[in-house]
Amino acid sequence: MSEEIQHHISDDILMAYSAGVLPEAFSLMVATHVSMCDVCRAKLESYDALGGAVLDVPSDAVAMSDDSLAATLAMINGAAPEPKPVPHRSGVFPRPLQDYLGGDLDAVKWRPVGMGVKQAILPTEKGAASARLLFIPAGAAVPDHGHNGLEMTMVLKGAFSDGDERFARGDVEIATEDHQHMPVADISEDCICLAVTDARLKFNSLLPKLAQPFLRI
Amino acid sequence: MAANGNCKDETWVMHVIRIRDHQDQAAFADLFQHFAPRVKAFLMKSGADAATAEECAQDVMATLWRKAHLFDPARASVATWIFTIARNRRIDLLRKSRRPEPEDLTWGPEAEPDQEDVLALQQDSARLKAAIAELPENQRLLIERAYFGDLSHSEIAAETGLPLGTIKSRIRLALERLRHAMR
Repeated sequence: MSEEIQHHISDDILMAYSAGVLPEAFSLMVATHVSMCDVCRAKLESYDALGGAVLDVPSDAVAMSDDSLAATLAMINGAAPEPKPVPHRSGVFPRPLQDYLGGDLDAVKWRPVGMGVKQAILPTEKGAASARLLFIPAGAAVPDHGHNGLEMTMVLKGAFSDGDERFARGDVEIATEDHQHMPVADISEDCICLAVTDARLKFNSLLPKLAQPFLRI
Repeated sequence: MAANGNCKDETWVMHVIRIRDHQDQAAFADLFQHFAPRVKAFLMKSGADAATAEECAQDVMATLWRKAHLFDPARASVATWIFTIARNRRIDLLRKSRRPEPEDLTWGPEAEPDQEDVLALQQDSARLKAAIAELPENQRLLIERAYFGDLSHSEIAAETGLPLGTIKSRIRLALERLRHAMR
């Protein structure tokens, strides 16, 4: 599957995830993509290696208190080893996403947003960034919109096209502020995406604009 | 403790394996002496006070003990592994938000990673560390801020007065230099 992914997470976002400074919604995007993409996983682990190297550079240690080793040994004395991570759960969604939904596709509580498009807001930390699942019926389009800041959309099922580019499972479309875009789902299959934004979207046509406060996007 | 190039990184790996296989407290004490003060410094630079950083550094080292059986030396140096544990602890502590993690790779049934892979990875890590030590001060500090400070790139700009584009290109330049140093 991963060798087919054409559109990846950008380096600055992978690095920010490695450094642990992304808003939770964007971390969810990265974790979900990396679960499907070995290319980005390898890059991410190199950024982690950079973090490890910076940690290990000798100049900056701060002395621990005298009894700290004894205190730590007391803490681990008799502690049970961490259980092995849960093995891969099968399903449409990778595990990080299933963790937020409490299940797979059938656990999603969709809400219609018009023209057959449905969405489900995911419970990430409150703030400027938000994450949601989008359901776009086969052949339908998400209204043309620009937005403040950054929007990332990743295909989980089906595929969509935007202009002359096509996005299939695992592909991420990264749209910046001045980018007008209109994803159109392939005619053959309904399309499900994970979308994260770091500010409220600006819709161009009147109706979606009026709907914006209710959509929380 | 003289950092003895790749030799040291391989020693840390053996220490973790001794903890995993024999609950070796002497090996743990060695790792603790080296890494706990570095983790404490990392947490303090991210905004934790000394007492909190001390407590969390102990916690991070205790996690190393409990997770020793999950460490894969063909994928990370001990320093890298400890960095990821400390980073996640920092997100709990300072940001109080969840950190979604990627699914684990499902490896085959083999218990031990290939020794050549382990050696290669540990040597690469040692070279990367040496390369960082050789970077010009301003580039090294930028990378350190990106990882240690709980700062986004735009916050770095506010503090140093450099525009975002400059910061990003400098980070890329620094990374580029690091990649070359690793070849």
